[in-house]
Amino acid sequence: MDVSQMQRQLVDYTASLFREGFLDDQFTQLQQLQDESNPDFVIEVVSLFFEDSERLVNDLGRALNQPIVDFKKVDAHVHQLKGSSSSIGAERVKNSCIAFRNFCEEQNTEGCLRCLQQVKQEYFLVKNKLESLFRLEQQILAAGGSIPLVE
Amino acid sequence: MDYCNCIEPQWPADELLMKFQFISDFFIALAYFSIPLELIYFVKKSALFPYRWVLVQFGAFIVLCGATHLINLWTFSTHSRTVEVVITTAKVLTAAVSCATALMLVHIIPDLLSVKTRELFLKNKAAQLDHEMGLIRTQEETGRHVRMLTHEIRSTLDRHTILKTTLIELGRTLALEECALWMPTRTGLELQLSYTLHHQNPVGFTVPIHLPVINQVFSSDRAVKISPNSPVAKLRPTGGKYIPGEVVAVRVPLLHLSNFQIYDWPEHSTKCYALMILMLPSDSARHWHVHELELVQVVADQVAVALSHAAILEESMKAREMLMEQNVALDLARREAETAIRARNDFLAVMNHEMRNPMHAIIALSSLLQETELTPEQRLMVETVLKSSNLLATLINDVLDLSRLEDGSLELDLVTFNLHAVFKEVVQLIKPIASVKKLLVTLTLASDLPEHAIGDEKRLMQTILSIVGNAVKFSKEGSISIAACIAKSEPLQDAQAPYFFPVPSDTHFYLRVQVKDSGLGLNPQDIPKLFNKFVQNQSVENRNCGGTGLGLAICKRFVNLMEGQIWIESEGLGKGCTASFVVKLGIAGHSNEPDLCVEPLNRVQTNFPGLKVLLMDDNGVSRMVTKGLLMHLGCDVTVTSSTDECFQVVSPEYKVVFIEIGTSGTGVYEVARAIREKIPTRHWRPLIVALTGNINRATKDNCFRVGMKGVLLKPISLGKMRSVLSELLERGTLHES
Repeated sequence: MDVSQMQRQLVDYTASLFREGFLDDQFTQLQQLQDESNPDFVIEVVSLFFEDSERLVNDLGRALNQPIVDFKKVDAHVHQLKGSSSSIGAERVKNSCIAFRNFCEEQNTEGCLRCLQQVKQEYFLVKNKLESLFRLEQQILAAGGSIPLVE
Repeated sequence: MDYCNCIEPQWPADELLMKFQFISDFFIALAYFSIPLELIYFVKKSALFPYRWVLVQFGAFIVLCGATHLINLWTFSTHSRTVEVVITTAKVLTAAVSCATALMLVHIIPDLLSVKTRELFLKNKAAQLDHEMGLIRTQEETGRHVRMLTHEIRSTLDRHTILKTTLIELGRTLALEECALWMPTRTGLELQLSYTLHHQNPVGFTVPIHLPVINQVFSSDRAVKISPNSPVAKLRPTGGKYIPGEVVAVRVPLLHLSNFQIYDWPEHSTKCYALMILMLPSDSARHWHVHELELVQVVADQVAVALSHAAILEESMKAREMLMEQNVALDLARREAETAIRARNDFLAVMNHEMRNPMHAIIALSSLLQETELTPEQRLMVETVLKSSNLLATLINDVLDLSRLEDGSLELDLVTFNLHAVFKEVVQLIKPIASVKKLLVTLTLASDLPEHAIGDEKRLMQTILSIVGNAVKFSKEGSISIAACIAKSEPLQDAQAPYFFPVPSDTHFYLRVQVKDSGLGLNPQDIPKLFNKFVQNQSVENRNCGGTGLGLAICKRFVNLMEGQIWIESEGLGKGCTASFVVKLGIAGHSNEPDLCVEPLNRVQTNFPGLKVLLMDDNGVSRMVTKGLLMHLGCDVTVTSSTDECFQVVSPEYKVVFIEIGTSGTGVYEVARAIREKIPTRHWRPLIVALTGNINRATKDNCFRVGMKGVLLKPISLGKMRSVLSELLERGTLHES
């Protein structure tokens, strides 16, 4: 596959991510912040997001499996996750976090567990998508091309 | 022997007789002499003897008698003349004294006798007093028993305990054989044996209430003696040998709450009594004393009071339980309502997002499609699609807006805007439709209407557009006139708000808008319902018009939010109608906020080389993103991840501090205050700006109160951050955004 094909593929793929609501404007902003002085900005931020989210999801699972659930702690974790996901533009993760917080307020363990499942699902989806995206970018760079900016 | 003068005995002296006489005389003399000695001895012994000199007299009399008899002893033999003389003197003296004594005794003996009578009288009196004392003591004891009984009765609020205690204590105090209480049954026609002291009869025994003996007892407020053979008193097994003891019956009024009136004591107006029967032991020959009857009456009254207290307590406990149940039910209902509201809010939040996305996709793509090459039929189809989707989008927006309005969660966006321009734009928008319908639209703006004002431009326009749109929709011909002016400080003619006085002030004025049309008009009866949700004027011509009926409801809510009033007048069907509203707007140029929209920033810096910025954010990812953003703009960013760290690091070399509010709660406000204290000089203090994912009035107020210069809503775009930093550096504060 030549570079222009790969570039087109990247553009289509990115557009589809936006269309399907996996990513929103914020991700575009992140991409705009990437420049010569900060070439790996997006990847760094996204990697940090992955680390953070995995940790948070594990913590949430542990907290919700306690006999007496500390909803304040759970809410704090979800808030963190919401903040992180909205900072990088992971829209669906953010939305499921919003629903999660409501169940936390009601202290509904069942609902929270369901939401956690949802959050996990969305997170893994977006992780896969972003990893595919980065793989494509690496391939382009390796082939000597440059990353086209999606407007 | 010579002739002697002695008296010669008549007969010759007998030796024996002479001897006897001699001895007797001797003993008489002895006795006579010992009596005074005894008297003196005993009188000396006694403390009280009033007749001392009588004693002396009597003593003298006795002594002389004794002396006479003594001297007689010498006369039995021959004796001399001296003896004769002595004996004569003695006899004479004795005679004198004894006569005196006899006379004295006449006086004295009655006195002595009366002493005796007095003594007897006093003894009788003492006996009587003793008797009375005995009576009083008994009475006092029974009084004590009553008090104790009353105390016992009143110390408990349990009905059964009260009655049982009464019977037991009465039985004990009065030493009764049997004591029983008959209570009226529910029907009120019978008395049922409820409590007895010794359980000799099965409880549950009933007696009809209208027996003469019972009536007799119930009609008197005293204890009444009744016959032991009456049916209420037949509480013992009738054995032949027993002479039954006396029986007393007393009524116990059963008082209800309603019997206690404020100004009277409870008169026995109540018809409900219980009967207390008291029986003395048989074969005891005891009788009912008056004080015992009184005791029984007093006790009966006390029992009545105690029972009424118990009844009141029972009622109040029941009422309390009912209230608690109601409370629980209400709480449950409230929680359910809250859950429902939350569910609805969630639904709305999701719908907001979910519905708008596809809508925008449809509208955007349809409009794009319109721009391409299409055949006329295709164009028509696309236009229809566009129109329908616009309608749908409006509908969604309306419903969502209304829900938010009802929640009270809608807040006005106050901006400075051009008031005249708003009206002109509305006219522009409505012109096409109006010209198609051949309606004349005129706009009159008062000369004193300010050009600029502060308010929610978008919603004001929406309101005016809604009303004017309605006017156009419901008019087939004629003209529409829109008039805007400043409301005068006079009551409005709206019947629903007769007390609304639009009072202008230094910072606010009231805008009054009137839209008159010559259309279909309205039935005056329908006017109040117009502003209700989903209500449309149901005349035949209107069925063709679309719309949800929400327009006016939303307008009313917007107007209310702007602290105004809206009303519609019509003289009747076919006579057109006039819609008017008054809203409060801020006077531009007088308020504290600089009117930024009029003077845009002179220059927006694209880069801020070397600007030292301090960032505080406890979320790693978010922190990194904001840092990247600031670094892209050329800032020299220092990151901290806690309020403590931020406070320690902050110093005058930083120009701007960004603090993420998040869930840190009040900690961030504290650190803002602390920074103000740490660097008191305003000139050197960095500008503090808050970052948050959720902006509301309360947060904004809190931030500004602690001296922050602005509040930013995340996520922030590059352009936004650029303008924020420019503004901060140029003005030192951010306009409310």
